[in-house]
Amino acid sequence: MVPISHYLVLSVILFFIGVFGVFIRRNAIVIFMCIELMLNSANLAFIAFARYLDSMDGQIFVFFVMTVAAAEAAVGLGIIIALYRNRETINVDDINLMKW
Amino acid sequence: MIEYIWLIPFFPLLGVVINGVLGIHFPRRFIGLIGCTTILLSFLVSCLIFLELIQLPPAARVFEVTLYRWIPCGDLQVNIGFLVDALSLVMMLTVSGVSFVIHVYSIGYMHNDPGYRRYFTYLNLFVFFMLTLVSANSFLLMFIGWEGVGLCSYLLIGFWYKNKAPADAGKKAFIVNRIGDYGFLLAMMLIFVVFGTLDFLPIFEKAPDIFRGGELTIILITLLLFLGACGKSAQIPLYVWLPDAMEGPTPVSALIHAATMVTAGVYMVARCHVLYSLAPFSMWVVAIVGAVTAIYTASIAIVNNDIKRVLAYSTISQLGYMFLACGVGAFAAGIFHLMTHAFFKGLLFLCAGSVMHALSGELDMRKMGSLRLHLPITYWTFLMGCLAIAGIFPFAGFFSKDEILWNAFQRNIFLWAVGAIAAFMTAFYMFRAVFMTFHGESRVEPEVAKHVHESPPIMTNPLVALAILSTIGGLVGIPIIRGWNRFHDFLAPVLGGHEVHLADKSMAGVAYASEIATHGVEIMHHSVGLELLMMVVSLVIGIAGIVTAYYLYLKRPQLPEKIAQRFKQLYHLLYHKYFVDEIYFAYVVTPINSISTFFWKFFDDKVVDGAMVNGSAWLVKRVSGGLKRLQTGYVQHYALSILLGVLFVLYLILKR
Repeated sequence: MVPISHYLVLSVILFFIGVFGVFIRRNAIVIFMCIELMLNSANLAFIAFARYLDSMDGQIFVFFVMTVAAAEAAVGLGIIIALYRNRETINVDDINLMKW
Repeated sequence: MIEYIWLIPFFPLLGVVINGVLGIHFPRRFIGLIGCTTILLSFLVSCLIFLELIQLPPAARVFEVTLYRWIPCGDLQVNIGFLVDALSLVMMLTVSGVSFVIHVYSIGYMHNDPGYRRYFTYLNLFVFFMLTLVSANSFLLMFIGWEGVGLCSYLLIGFWYKNKAPADAGKKAFIVNRIGDYGFLLAMMLIFVVFGTLDFLPIFEKAPDIFRGGELTIILITLLLFLGACGKSAQIPLYVWLPDAMEGPTPVSALIHAATMVTAGVYMVARCHVLYSLAPFSMWVVAIVGAVTAIYTASIAIVNNDIKRVLAYSTISQLGYMFLACGVGAFAAGIFHLMTHAFFKGLLFLCAGSVMHALSGELDMRKMGSLRLHLPITYWTFLMGCLAIAGIFPFAGFFSKDEILWNAFQRNIFLWAVGAIAAFMTAFYMFRAVFMTFHGESRVEPEVAKHVHESPPIMTNPLVALAILSTIGGLVGIPIIRGWNRFHDFLAPVLGGHEVHLADKSMAGVAYASEIATHGVEIMHHSVGLELLMMVVSLVIGIAGIVTAYYLYLKRPQLPEKIAQRFKQLYHLLYHKYFVDEIYFAYVVTPINSISTFFWKFFDDKVVDGAMVNGSAWLVKRVSGGLKRLQTGYVQHYALSILLGVLFVLYLILKR
């Protein structure tokens, strides 16, 4: 049987791929995908612990996370489309309205 | 009646409210009437209380009437209360009586002034504060009166505030008085620290138990109190404000700067005589300052040509006499002179006002002369005032001044000599004023001479009243014959028979209180023959002064000019008042101005405004200018900082 540490390490690796994607990439859609990646790495950790602890709680949580992620994807993509219509770009370097 | 003591200061306050707050549309006659009536009521109440008090045996003549608790604050308990005893009653009678006469005179003197209502409001307010000062039962309440009369003095000196000279004189008086008040305030704090109370009676009761006599603390208290007295009563070195105070209306000079307010210092020293008796050193200081002031200002008065200034310097000189009396332990004699001085100096000032009235405001005695033909009443009353101040028998000044000189003589022959020379000068300069103003040839300017006229009865009647008091006022204190010195006997329960007592043992103040209580005035045992001789001597001194003035200013009017030429430098020194104003200006006023300019230009403009106010704004601007670069507007930067924060928190958690 695969020990739990393998799942967790995979989860951490996926999470940090997501983190660095968010930091480094300039395309809003890619950043968005990286956020999804981070959410799913967390899902993986939940499932792994659920199996390991023989409890259903983690799996229930994952359903919630997936639901929220779906809703988030809908809203996020909507924002990105609205942004593109206004500014003709989805490069985040050009989207700095929050500056002083 | 005694429990109604509060009515005495209340009536003038009522006058202030009626005239000051409601009086805008009152006719002039009514305003004057209110002003005088309120003072008259105070005087009548004082008389009633006096009549009630003399019914009682001397030892029982002390009452404390508490109106209400004013400041209950821990150890500090101060009541609004009044102390009724012989001393405060003498002061109340003198103040309210003389004030009433001068109020009546003011109706005539100020009748054309546009500030008529303001004048009477201030004058009533002054009387209110003065009566509070003399009737207070604690140092704090006395201090309120003390400050209040200072305020009114300022307001009334600068009454014609649109001219520069009166406004400046008012400021000068106020500021110089502040220095003295500072001493009073410090003394009061010291008294509270030592005695734990500010009420007179407990302090004077405890003082002989706490101090053996001559300790540093008690010397400090009394000297600081005396500094306050110096400011208020215009003694060296704080006398400079009083001559300038003559810029005010003449009745104000008469009331505030001759008869009442300036004597507050003498009253205060006499009130604290228990403390002073415990500090022989302070007594010496008081006596010496008094004697020096008496002779010093008398010498200035000799050469001055301004009739009001002569009277002002004379006032300072007479106040010096009163302090001399207090300093040698003759407190009752000091208060006696205070009372007679209030009569005759008030009279002299009112006469000067009457002369000014006749001569359209002329003050220079070189432009007067031969006025006795035009102003007979003013002349005769002025003459009586001069005879009184010169100490001629049987006028009031003779008895009081002689008592002071006699006491000084017993204590120290030099103090007596200084006092005697000053007495000669007094007689000389007062009769110089009489001869220059009322005798000789008329030097009045022709334009003015056309309408020289005697003042109306409302002004001359007060003159007559005060002249009568100046003539017979001294008879309440006839010395030598036991039981005839009623004034002295009346004050004895409060002030005791200190004078002889102190003369033979100057170092110990221990047994005073008890001995006075048992013996009272019985201690008077001086040699009658010597005292009679001294009376004759002081009479001769007075007459000598008058004769000298007569010789120089009537027989040989050109002689003073020659003497002035002969002793040019001395004359110059005296004429310019020893250059004291100039010295004060150079060594006090100018340095303070420079320091103030430094604080203004450098400290306020550069440090406060520059470094602190604008500097803090500049600092915030620069720091925020740097910090704002953190806010890039890129979400990724914010995310990175969140990550770093999370890692840091994780590190903290894991490190444990």
